[in-house]
Amino acid sequence: MSARSVSIPEDNFRWSLPARGPVGMWGLIAAESAIFTIFVVAYLFYIGRSLTGPQPREVLRVPIFFTVCLLSSSLTIHFALRYLRRGRMRSFSLLWFLTIALGAAFLAGTLSEWRHLIYDKGLTIGTNLFGTTYYSLVGLHAFHVTVGLLALTTVLLFAFLGHVARQHAERVEVLSMYWHFVDAVWVVVFTVVYIIGR
Amino acid sequence: MIIVLRAVVLLSGAALAVFAQPAAPLSPTNIFAPVSTPSQSIFELSRFVLMVTGAIFIVVFSLLVYAVVKFRKRSAGDAREPAQVYGSNQLELAWTVIPILIVVVLFLATARVIADIQNAARPSNAIEVTVIGHQFWWEYRYPSLKVVTANELHIPVSDSAHPTPTFLTLLSADTDHSFWVPRLAGKTDLIPNHPNHTWVDPHATGLYLGQCAQYCGTQHAKMLLRVYVQTRDEFDRWIQQQSQPAQLNGTISEGRRIFERTACINCHAVAGTVANGTFGPDLTHLMSRDTIASGAAANTPENLRRWIKDPSVIKPGSKMPAMGLSGPELNAVSQYLETLR
Amino acid sequence: MATTESIAMPLSDTSPPPLVERLHQWVTTVDHKRLGIMYILYALVFLVFGGVEATIMRIQLIRPLNDFVSPRVFNRMFTMHGTTMIFFAAMPILFGFANYLIPLMIGARDMAFPRLNAFSFWMTAFGGLLLYFSFLGGDGLYGAGNAPDVGWFAYAPLTSQTFSRGHSTDFWILSILVSGVGSIGVAINIITTVLCMRCRGMTLGKLPLLAWLNLIMAGLVVLAVSPLTAAQLMLLVDRYLGGHFFDTQAGGSAVMWMHFFWIFGHPEVYVLVLPAFGFASEIIPVFSRKTIFGYPIMVGATICIGFISMSVWAHHMFTVGMSAAGNTFFVLTTMAIAVPTGIKIFNWLATMWGGQIHFQTPMLFCIAFLFQFLIAGLTGIMLGSAPFNWHLGNSYFVIAHFHYVIVGGILFTLFGAFYYWFPKMSGRMYNETLGKLHFWLFFLGFHLTFDFMHVPGILGMPRRIYTYEPGRGWDIWNLIVTIGVLFQAAGMLVFLGNLLWSYWRGQVAGSDPWDAWTLEWSTTSPPPAYNFASLPEVRSRRPLWDLKHPEDPDWQYE
Repeated sequence: MSARSVSIPEDNFRWSLPARGPVGMWGLIAAESAIFTIFVVAYLFYIGRSLTGPQPREVLRVPIFFTVCLLSSSLTIHFALRYLRRGRMRSFSLLWFLTIALGAAFLAGTLSEWRHLIYDKGLTIGTNLFGTTYYSLVGLHAFHVTVGLLALTTVLLFAFLGHVARQHAERVEVLSMYWHFVDAVWVVVFTVVYIIGR
Repeated sequence: MIIVLRAVVLLSGAALAVFAQPAAPLSPTNIFAPVSTPSQSIFELSRFVLMVTGAIFIVVFSLLVYAVVKFRKRSAGDAREPAQVYGSNQLELAWTVIPILIVVVLFLATARVIADIQNAARPSNAIEVTVIGHQFWWEYRYPSLKVVTANELHIPVSDSAHPTPTFLTLLSADTDHSFWVPRLAGKTDLIPNHPNHTWVDPHATGLYLGQCAQYCGTQHAKMLLRVYVQTRDEFDRWIQQQSQPAQLNGTISEGRRIFERTACINCHAVAGTVANGTFGPDLTHLMSRDTIASGAAANTPENLRRWIKDPSVIKPGSKMPAMGLSGPELNAVSQYLETLR
Repeated sequence: MATTESIAMPLSDTSPPPLVERLHQWVTTVDHKRLGIMYILYALVFLVFGGVEATIMRIQLIRPLNDFVSPRVFNRMFTMHGTTMIFFAAMPILFGFANYLIPLMIGARDMAFPRLNAFSFWMTAFGGLLLYFSFLGGDGLYGAGNAPDVGWFAYAPLTSQTFSRGHSTDFWILSILVSGVGSIGVAINIITTVLCMRCRGMTLGKLPLLAWLNLIMAGLVVLAVSPLTAAQLMLLVDRYLGGHFFDTQAGGSAVMWMHFFWIFGHPEVYVLVLPAFGFASEIIPVFSRKTIFGYPIMVGATICIGFISMSVWAHHMFTVGMSAAGNTFFVLTTMAIAVPTGIKIFNWLATMWGGQIHFQTPMLFCIAFLFQFLIAGLTGIMLGSAPFNWHLGNSYFVIAHFHYVIVGGILFTLFGAFYYWFPKMSGRMYNETLGKLHFWLFFLGFHLTFDFMHVPGILGMPRRIYTYEPGRGWDIWNLIVTIGVLFQAAGMLVFLGNLLWSYWRGQVAGSDPWDAWTLEWSTTSPPPAYNFASLPEVRSRRPLWDLKHPEDPDWQYE
């Protein structure tokens, strides 16, 4: 028996499906959100339950500046994308670079905070429940920032080599969705660690 | 036909287990042979649940059998397709609403029993026991009665007119365990850093068996439970005896000297002597127990020797190491232990 | 509505490429059909491994105080059996069928992300190899090496460095972590494919039920496998960085591991069962010669199951000492999920009702599935009643229940799916007599083992014990349970023999041997690499029915 081609057309109707890239990225965001949720739940559950060692309000300094850096990078990436859609490659590259710089600043801030906590305050991941949950949650986020920065830098490199153009806007937008997600996670982590947890 | 036979077998097996009772007891750990209120409440609830699910089973099973038989393809060349039915709102509504109602009824019946058992009031004359789970033995402490023992739990029988239930606080020294003596109560886990509570009020004296019901390591299978339900007098006498220090005469025997000089006292306690280790079972009244190694072997001189010589012969994976005693040392220590009544 | 000949792939010469090149094509493939077959074959191998592990356990338990294997080996066996069957047999085989069938059923040329597809497969495959690598070293092969022995749900604090020295637990953690990445990849792929790659005219309301069920399953994977990943990362932090997530000595909570694990573990069983429902929903209508009864409510019930399944997890924890209110809540949600699940049974029954039932092998397995899933659901209700669970939980009753679901429900529909789609995948018909022999052998073995397994649970036998005392009344039941294994093994041998023999010698199947109605039957058997000569355009849920019955098409009634 042979194959048959199936064509049962209906009267005129519009047929459009969502694009693959954003849907796939939403799937990834959902999965990552679930992972972060579990770490946040553990953090919240263990607030106030450390038997020994430094407590949050004794050692944590609220990182306002670095938070502003990271959240601003969402703005810069948004505008970078607007420029890309209009084909204004120089402005795109500039704002893209700014995004990376702001993200890197955030990471540097995290590292300096950790240095302070470990060497000046004696708080490590094994010190107590606070240390374990804090470094895990903030570290998981920092890992996601790092991965994001690597991806962003790759795009920047391609841009410098002249391989990025207006028609790539959709793909770059999918990456920017990831970056916005990372920023949104920071809002949650910041609230849980520096506001609720203290 | 085979399907029907299977169903009959399954149902009769279940019915047998449920309703064939003490005349020829199926098992000393039969959950459907309760002797204590928590198990009794569960038994009554389970009968109700079984009736409801049994009824559902009979109805749906019959419909399935009927459909399979009645609507099978007849062998004559039946080329036409049957009428295509896409759905029926009334039917679908019916078989949504009826299950919801059944679920509500089951839920309410269940919720009541949960409250009855978990929120039961503790009377002032309740016996209090702290159970501490270890890999792979049970420690029992009666805080107000000042008794510490291991592996064989003694509690008084509870008269329904004047109940004397036993309330157990469940702790763990290492990993997760679970206390399950089916005829007395449902199981409750022993989790480190998470104290739990359960209670029993057995109506009949006797020995009730169970075992650890949460995988806790290599010898989980041999962490057996023996609960002796005694008359009040017998229980009081047992408490009296257990709260005494070891009844030893003046001279220190060779066995006792070896026991107290080697690593034995790191883990074991004998009240009234220098031995006060807590990692292993309290041995003060070792000879008052029917079994050793938490039920893994009968408490006979021969088994005691085998155990001390090399526990892994009886319970491989037990935390007690082979002590490497020579023949005469082994005899001496065993003889000493046999004086700990 | 014309029929056209399929366009054959033009070949430059007639001799097949050398073996190395063919293997290379398979290893580097991104074609969903080939990846699907690789998943299925991989899973079959691990199904056999898991079966061997189960057989070893059953031989040890055939009589009390047996010494066929040592306690350590037994404990490794039940850990490996559970881990293997869930992560390296059941999930891959279901992903394999999903991969193979979904693009064909929705009229697409491939999955949304073919390279992600390949990556996901290889991650899962590597995870399984990593887990089985643990058999080497340690105690040596007859001591079952260094295989994990903490149970497939690996409760804390048994998994801490204190109680689990060496690396056996790490094999468990890492192999599942790795394959979890693969699972999430497949899930994202399935979701994107179903949402973005449907052929023209195929609205979500016309999607085949198998695709719907896999879509919801994929959503559950995304939401449920991630918590397990998180928990395992926490466990690694505890074991290697000195963390205290589950360190009870430092104030940590062992119960929190349980919550995190079961937040994964319960949706996981729906991940396994929803595709099985998908198979039943495709096979039962075709072999009853009727459309599925109540398509909208089937979709609605599935979505309900998806939601409710995220809220029932602590019914695995009724014995850990939650408050009465906590226990009561989970009883409510657990009982509630029985409603949409039961609805499905009624819809399948109504599909058969008034139909013309053909008893070929795929249908035999699906009919048995209906009976068995009914029983499994009812024992599930018993387990959902918390006080009843305080006895039945952690006993052989639970083992009987979940094997009833997984073997009696899922594996049976999987066998049905094998026989149903084997002609499409291989181009050959399987041998029907052998298929029926497989069915009856396996049916007998399954019931011998798992019907009677409920009894020791009722008589107080806990799970995960390498031996048991005589005089508990458990002996005869354990003996019968073990005997059933023989028949199941025989059935499996017949099955595998049938697959192999039919692949080479079976009768050539056409594109549509079952006179079925979904799009995969419109292309050749096996389909060409590009699936369809021209992408289909549909107007109803059963496009081939519309073509075959132009006077009475579905789209007039839907």
